Formats: sequence, structure tokens, C-alpha cells
Amino acid sequence: MNRLALFLPLALFAVLTIVLLLGLDKDPAELPSALVGEPFPAFTLPSLYDVNRSLDERNIAGEVVLVNVWATWCFACRIEHVMLNQLAEQGVKVIGLNYKDNREAAIDWLKERGDPYVFSIFDEQGRLGIDLGVYGAPETYLLDATGTIRHRRVGVVDDRIWDSEFRDLYAQLMADKR
Amino acid sequence: MTVELGHIALIFALCLAVIQAIVPMIGSFSGHTNWMRVGHSMAAGQFVFVALSFACLTTAFIQDDFSVAYVANNSNTLLPLQFKISAVWGAHEGSLLLWALILSGWSTAVALCSGKLPLVLSARVLSVLGAISVSFALFLLLTSNPFERILPIPPVEGGDLNPLLQDFGLIVHPPMLYMGYVGFSVPFAFAIAALIGGQFDSAWARWSRPWINVAWVFLTIGISLGSWWAYYELGWGGWWFWDPVENASFMPWLAGTALMHSISATEKRGVFRSWTLLLAILTFSLSLLGTFLVRSGVLTSVHAFASDPERGIFILIFLSIVVGGSLLLFALRGPTMRSATSYSGWSRETMLLINNVFLVSSMAMILIGTLYPLLADVLDMGKISVGPPYFNFFFVPLMSGLMVCLGFAGFTRWKSTEGRFLLRKGLVPSIVSLIMALTLPMVMVEKLSWSTYSLTAVVILLLVFWVVTMSLEDLWLKSRGKLSSLSGLSGSYWGMLIAHIGLAVCALGVGLSTAYDVQKDLRMAPGDSTDLGGYQFQFIDVERVEGPNFIAYRGNVEVRSGDVFVVSLSPEKRSYKSGGQVMTEADIDGQLNRDLYVSLGEPLGDQAWAIRFQVKPFVRCIWLGGLLIGLGGLLAALDKRYRRRRLKKSVNVKSEGLAFE
Repeated sequence: MNRLALFLPLALFAVLTIVLLLGLDKDPAELPSALVGEPFPAFTLPSLYDVNRSLDERNIAGEVVLVNVWATWCFACRIEHVMLNQLAEQGVKVIGLNYKDNREAAIDWLKERGDPYVFSIFDEQGRLGIDLGVYGAPETYLLDATGTIRHRRVGVVDDRIWDSEFRDLYAQLMADKR
Repeated sequence: MTVELGHIALIFALCLAVIQAIVPMIGSFSGHTNWMRVGHSMAAGQFVFVALSFACLTTAFIQDDFSVAYVANNSNTLLPLQFKISAVWGAHEGSLLLWALILSGWSTAVALCSGKLPLVLSARVLSVLGAISVSFALFLLLTSNPFERILPIPPVEGGDLNPLLQDFGLIVHPPMLYMGYVGFSVPFAFAIAALIGGQFDSAWARWSRPWINVAWVFLTIGISLGSWWAYYELGWGGWWFWDPVENASFMPWLAGTALMHSISATEKRGVFRSWTLLLAILTFSLSLLGTFLVRSGVLTSVHAFASDPERGIFILIFLSIVVGGSLLLFALRGPTMRSATSYSGWSRETMLLINNVFLVSSMAMILIGTLYPLLADVLDMGKISVGPPYFNFFFVPLMSGLMVCLGFAGFTRWKSTEGRFLLRKGLVPSIVSLIMALTLPMVMVEKLSWSTYSLTAVVILLLVFWVVTMSLEDLWLKSRGKLSSLSGLSGSYWGMLIAHIGLAVCALGVGLSTAYDVQKDLRMAPGDSTDLGGYQFQFIDVERVEGPNFIAYRGNVEVRSGDVFVVSLSPEKRSYKSGGQVMTEADIDGQLNRDLYVSLGEPLGDQAWAIRFQVKPFVRCIWLGGLLIGLGGLLAALDKRYRRRRLKKSVNVKSEGLAFE
């Protein structure tokens, strides 16, 4: 028995290795999300700035938009924020989904770093996050004018990702809308 | 040419490492002493070549050789010299090279200090270290070559080093951290050598103890520096984010701390032998995991594995060989016999066991939290993200439990300790702590009321005073109240005492700065002033200043306490020329009992600015505690007994067998 117990760490490690190996193939950023092609899930949540202002999926529809999941506890969001500010300057409509966060901290964050969002949805409990299948922050969804999810990026959107994954699709969606 | 020279030097180092890994190991089985000695000179030679290679890369940075892809991506001509040098280890390839350099440095140190070790053992230790070097050199050369050229048309100007990283903190933080990470390869090599030789007496434990201590000190200092850097450089006053990068350095620290404690029991009493071996393997494995996960970017975005599958596969194979191989060896050869001695009740062995349970569960909790997103996705358990709430929820109770037990550290005896004895010793300190913990929060605030009386502060003060008073009581008893007998106490004892008090100081900083931190974000026009935490902050103006590679707005804020002028603070908003990144440089006035922290937000027009003011009581204690913990580890490593005993044991190590002191 005692002899066998010594194999326990090895067994645990083997399991971990298998998980990591599976993780290699299972790249959530590139796997088509189950939600691509589906309408953005219904929700009713308050706005980040104004507790009394209620937002729902209708606020999102009608325009080609990016929905960006962010939080102040998310380290990578700090890096991504610069890119979002640039996109907003170029006229891309970005909607924030502030995810499992603290309201004051989030408002401070936007004050300090600039606010690229048309508005931010305040999802304290992570409910919309569950419906969306948010993997972690940051995540970015590209929605067409009908409110359908057309692309999903898990992780930071930077220049490279924007050029390779978003730019063409975005331009095409904008053209379709017209 | 320099660059090619560096590349070739690295290939040479690889060749030497291959010899170092193979020849001494064969010699240790065949009994050829000459073969066994090869490892020592190979280690030194390897160090020379890796150092040469590192120097070449550094030269490329200093000379702005943008034909090298790595230089072009991480440096530019505007960068000040010290940051050009620190940019060498600013990204993946260079930091791996630094890793390899430090590893060969540690190997050389082992080779130089191994004169008193049995040759068979030192040969095997060096061979294991050589094998690790081989994998690193291969990883560098095959997947992450820092010497790769951009030809035929090199860029005229480089990108930039992330402005966050253009700081003194980055110059010293990673090397410290790596000294710690890589240092744990030495006890790992000792453990593997012990497993190969089938010799698990207290000798291997004694030999590796000082190495563990030194590596652990570096890691402690490295983590403290990292947290300090985050505090003043990220510009918004946080000091720990449970970020994957931080977790990756914290896990080996926790495992290493557990190892330090458990190995003392292995050395002195011959207990926990398989556990200690396992911890030695685990600590180094976590260091490896940490290095790779952080530097390959797997954790900041969990998907970087796939962004460079070649690297990901290499990492995985490498980890499987090193960790899987050593765990297999452990399973096959690990000591199964019951410990030669027994212990009972509240003996020191029991307390160390409890300590290990706390530390290893904390480590496991962080490991799970860090890898969870990946795990959950692979197991199709849904996609759940893990943030600071998870970590705090588990970590705070675990550490509190640890601190309660830690109070008894000095009083416990090997073999057995009367529970009643411990209770008696704990009586006075617990009363003192309780009184202090209940009263101090009343004087900490300006206006006392139920809402300002902080329960967090009560709990943290209780724990802190408990540890400190228990430690001091023990010191009092051990010195019998005489100053003259203080010098008779061993370095290990002082080390333990100082490290434990250091932990309490650190906890004090964490607790009080969390409980009493106050902050305000305000729109300030020149001349406006505001009150916060008993200070008046007056905003004077903002001026434009030019730095070497950035333009900045510098605010002037004067702080008064009553009528007394305290300090003038100048927070900056920097805009870096090459990348256009904007950085918030906070200005901090630090004292032991409080930090005044001012950061400049956005301009709001009419010369008004958004400014954040923070008063953070005792936040400095966090890093002071870290330094004390490191100092404790250093004192323990310098204990005279290691040098004396090593001499004695080396004479008849073979015959020692199961004899324990």
C-alpha cells in the first residue's frame, strides 16, 4: 500500500499533463464559439455610471458594435485598454461589459485611463457573463446591426489581432448595414 | 559578428552541458573517478560560454543592433543605457538566456563548494544540473533564439520596451526572482541524486539545506521587489493582484517554505523523508512551470500555447520529462520504510506537519485557481473565471491558521511536547494580544464609532501580536533574560525568529493598509485643496517636462498636516515617444506608518486635472516584512553548523546509514 502511495504524485502529474496537452489543441480563442451566429443573449442590467438606468439587449442592437468584457482586476485589460481607446477614436462603437467588478473601482479606472465605451453594462454577479459563456476577461464580441454575434475573441485584442481577425469582418458588416 | 559569436558560444555551452550531464553520471556507476570529476570543470566552462553569449546579446542591445529581431522588438535608440541593458531580460528569449546564465552560475557554485561532498554524490548532482542546462539551451536554440537576425532589411529603429518595464524595479526584480527559481534546481538535483543512490539519510538533507535557504532568500526578496514595483509603478496603489504572473512566483515560494521546514525535521529526526524529497521535486517543478507559463505568455492569455504551438509542445515535453521523470524515480526508489524515530502529541514534528499542510494547501489552492480556466475548459465544466475574491477567500483563512500555529514554533520540542506546556506559554501572549487587538483599532481612527471600528484590524492585530509576543517570550526564556546570552543563540534560531516576526510585520501591513486605506478622486483646479486622512493636499499647478524618451505633465501637490508643511509631491503623466503609450507615474511620500500616494489622472480643461489622493497606513510594512523574512533566511543559511558538520560528515558518509542524531 505504502509503495503504491508513492505513485500518487506521478499519477496526479500525468492527469495534469493530459489536461495541458488537451489544452494545447483546445484553443478557446480560435474555436468557433457556440454563440457565433446566435443573437446576443437577453439581459437586463444596470449601467455602470447610473444605478437607476437599466440596459437590455435592445440597447445593443441596431449598430455594428464590439462588446468588450473587462474588469479592474483583470491585468491584461490594462494592456488592451490603450487599443480600445484607439478604436473608439477611429469611430468604432465599443460597448463595455464590466464583469464581476466593483462599481467605484471601475469608474475610477475609466476616469484614469479614458473611457472608450459608448456605455458600460454593470454585471456584478456575472449573469450575462454566464449566458455569454465568458471565459475570463478580456473578451471581445463583434455584433452585426441585427444584434447577432459574428465573431468572438478570448484574450487581448491588439493591433495584430484586430488586423487579422476583426478589420475585414468589421468593414464588411459596416458595408452590409448600408 | 558579435551576435554570431553569442550564438556560437551558446552552442558550445550546450555541448559542454551534454558532457556534464552524461559523463559524470556514467562515472558514478562505473566508479571512474576521472569521469566523475568531469562535471566540475564542465560546469565552470559552461558558465564561461553562457556568460559570453549573454554579454554578446547585451552588446547588441547597447549598440542598437536592430538587425537582431529580439533587440528590434524590445529596444530603441532613445532608451537610456541602463534600460537597454535591463531590456536584455525584458522579454521571453532574453529572460530564458538569463535563466540559463544563472543556472550555470549555480552549477559552478555547487562545483566549487562540493569539495567536502562525496564525489559520487557531487558528480550526480552536477549531472542532473547539466541535464537541466541541456534542456534550456535546446529550448533557447530551437524555439526561442535571441540571436535571430532580421535579414536582409533590418529596421532603422526598434520598437520599445514596455514603459511599465522601464524602471529600476525591472533591472533588479527578474534577476532576483530567477536566482530564487533556479536556485531550487540545486536541492532538486540533490534529491534526484539521493533517489538514484538510494541514500535517504539525513546527509542529503543537511547538504541541501543551505542551498535551499539561499535560493529561498532570493525568491523572497524577488517577490517583495515585484510587489513594491507594482505598487509604485502601476500608478494606482495596489500591491498584489493575484495575477497569474505573481501566482507563478508565489507558488514555488510557498512550496519552498514548506520544504525549508520539512527538511529540518528530515535532517534532525529522520522523519518525513519521502515528503521532503517530494517537496524538493515539487518546488523546482513549480519554478519551471512558473518560468514557462509566465514567459511564454500562456497565463496572461491562456491561449498562447496555441499561438506558438512549437513552443507549447516543447514546454510540455520538457515538463513531462523533468517532472514526470523525477516523480517516476521517486515512485520507484522513494523511501517507504517507516521513519526510524517516532513522535507524538504536540511535538515539533507535528507542528511542522501542520505548517506544511497549511503551506501546501495554499499552494495547491493557488495552482488550481491559476490553471482553472484551462482545466474547466478541457473538462467541459463550463467557462468560469477566477479572480481575487476566490484567492482571498481561501488564502486569508489558511494564512491565519498558519500564523496561529506559528506562534508556538519556538516552544515546541522534538519528539514530544506537552500540550499543557504550550497552553501555559501561550497564556500571557494571548491576553496581551487580545487587549492590544481590541484597543488599538480605537486609536487608529480620528472619530471613533461602530462604523469606524474595524473588525479586519482587530483580527489582523490579534494574529500579529500573537506571533510577535510569542516569539519574544521564547527569546526571553531562551536567553534567560540576560543580554549576554543572546550571542550564544544560533544563527538558525535568530533566522527563524526574525523571519517569523517578518511575516507578522508583513501581515500587519497587509491588514492595516486594507482596513484603513482612504482615497479620493477629485477634479482639482490650481489652488484647490482637499482634506484626507488628517492631511491637507493642495494642488499648485501642472508643468510640462521632457524626459529622455518621454514627455510628461508634472503636477505639484503640497501636503500639510495642520499648519506643518509635510512634503511636496510631483506625480507625472508620461507619454512615451516611440510607442505613444501613456503612463501614470505616481508620487509617494513614504513613512513607516503611512504612505501619501498621489497620481495624476486626465486633464479636464481650464488647467484642472483629475487627481487621485490616497493615504495608506502601514503599507510599507508589507515590504519591510518581506525584507525581514529574507534576512531571517539569510541568517539561517549562514549558520556556522553547516560548515562544521559538513566537514565531519564527509569523512564517513557511507557508514552513516540510518544513524540519526
